[in-house]
Amino acid sequence: MGSRTRRMAKRLKLKQKGEKTMVFEKIKKILVDELGVEAEEVSMESNIKDDLDADSLDIVQVVMAVEEAFEIEVEEEETEKLLTVGDVVRYVEANK
Amino acid sequence: MNYANIIGTGTYVPEKIVDNHMLSELVETSDEWIRARTGIKERRISTGENTSDLALKASEAALENAGMKPNDLDLIILSTLTPDYFTPATACLVQRRLGAENAAAFDVSAACSGFLYGLDVADSFIKAGKAKNILVVSSEVMSKVIDWEDRNTCVLFGDGAGAVVLKASAEHGIINTVIGSKGDIEGNLVSKSRNLVNPFVEIPETGENYLSMNGKEIFKFATRIMRKALKDVLDGTGIELSAVKYIVPHQANDRMFEYVAGKMKFDKEKFYVNLERFGNTSSASIPIALDEMAKKGLLSKGDKLIFVGFGGGLTWGAALVEWQRD
Repeated sequence: MGSRTRRMAKRLKLKQKGEKTMVFEKIKKILVDELGVEAEEVSMESNIKDDLDADSLDIVQVVMAVEEAFEIEVEEEETEKLLTVGDVVRYVEANK
Repeated sequence: MNYANIIGTGTYVPEKIVDNHMLSELVETSDEWIRARTGIKERRISTGENTSDLALKASEAALENAGMKPNDLDLIILSTLTPDYFTPATACLVQRRLGAENAAAFDVSAACSGFLYGLDVADSFIKAGKAKNILVVSSEVMSKVIDWEDRNTCVLFGDGAGAVVLKASAEHGIINTVIGSKGDIEGNLVSKSRNLVNPFVEIPETGENYLSMNGKEIFKFATRIMRKALKDVLDGTGIELSAVKYIVPHQANDRMFEYVAGKMKFDKEKFYVNLERFGNTSSASIPIALDEMAKKGLLSKGDKLIFVGFGGGLTWGAALVEWQRD
């Protein structure tokens, strides 16, 4: 691999990482707004129901906000699989 | 130009109060769970009165409040999703029992949005000069279509009726109305009619016909469509939301109102909410709330109000009204 290709690959990787961080940051903000939690409480591993204390309607509100922020539609069966913040980030990554 | 003006309101609810604690003896639920997710504390449940019985009493109260005789009515529009019969229309039963001999009567079927559909139709009749005095009555005995073993729905609904009397007037009472539909082919909120059974059906339908609801999907629909309906009903009127004193929503769920107020950035107190005492009485909920507001003295001449509703169909509607009574 030439140095130019390596630089490009590195840039691409950084870009992807940056996008992932941006998705996480955006979702974190949604959780802070919708659930009234502190930003520090939110990590990729946080379980939305247990750690962030969300009930079923809170989760619907989070899903609605995610749908609106990323202009995607989350099917109901998919909603049930989104347990942690990381699950939501990965779902958005894969579907936006 | 004739405008439709609300000149009287009336309510009737069954006497029997069923609170959350009583429900927790029927199904696995709790007062805390119900209140946290809906805001409901108690509801009225029929011990034998049917939809036309509730409708009649609410109608009599509204006519008395309006100072109008039943004979003066030219039209009775009744909204319900729980009619006494497939036929006759519940409106016709009310017409006869009221003694409203000069009125044509029919039902509208738009579930929880029924009052707004009725109001829209009544407004159109008056503007067209086809009627002068109209009774719009919304009556529901939800307790006969809900599954009392389904804890997700039986805690939500209540029975009751509300009515308004509209009169053709030079005063601009109803300023604007909007209604809309999006056919619920997914079956997110349904109450099925009789099973299809006849000598020629190969596989007769079976099973119970209770109301069933996908609460999450309906929450999404309701909170989105409420925002749209609120915008649409103001659109082109030159009236801003900030000039509206109260929004009287279909009393489905307090969490929806909190959400919508938050998203649209207005004080949640703008919503008039009484569902803690009546639950979701479907199309009756808005006229019941309106009557309560009028009786409490919350409304003055010139106040701008919005009624907004949504429900099975799927349907939605909104009405922008200027209160013309003192």
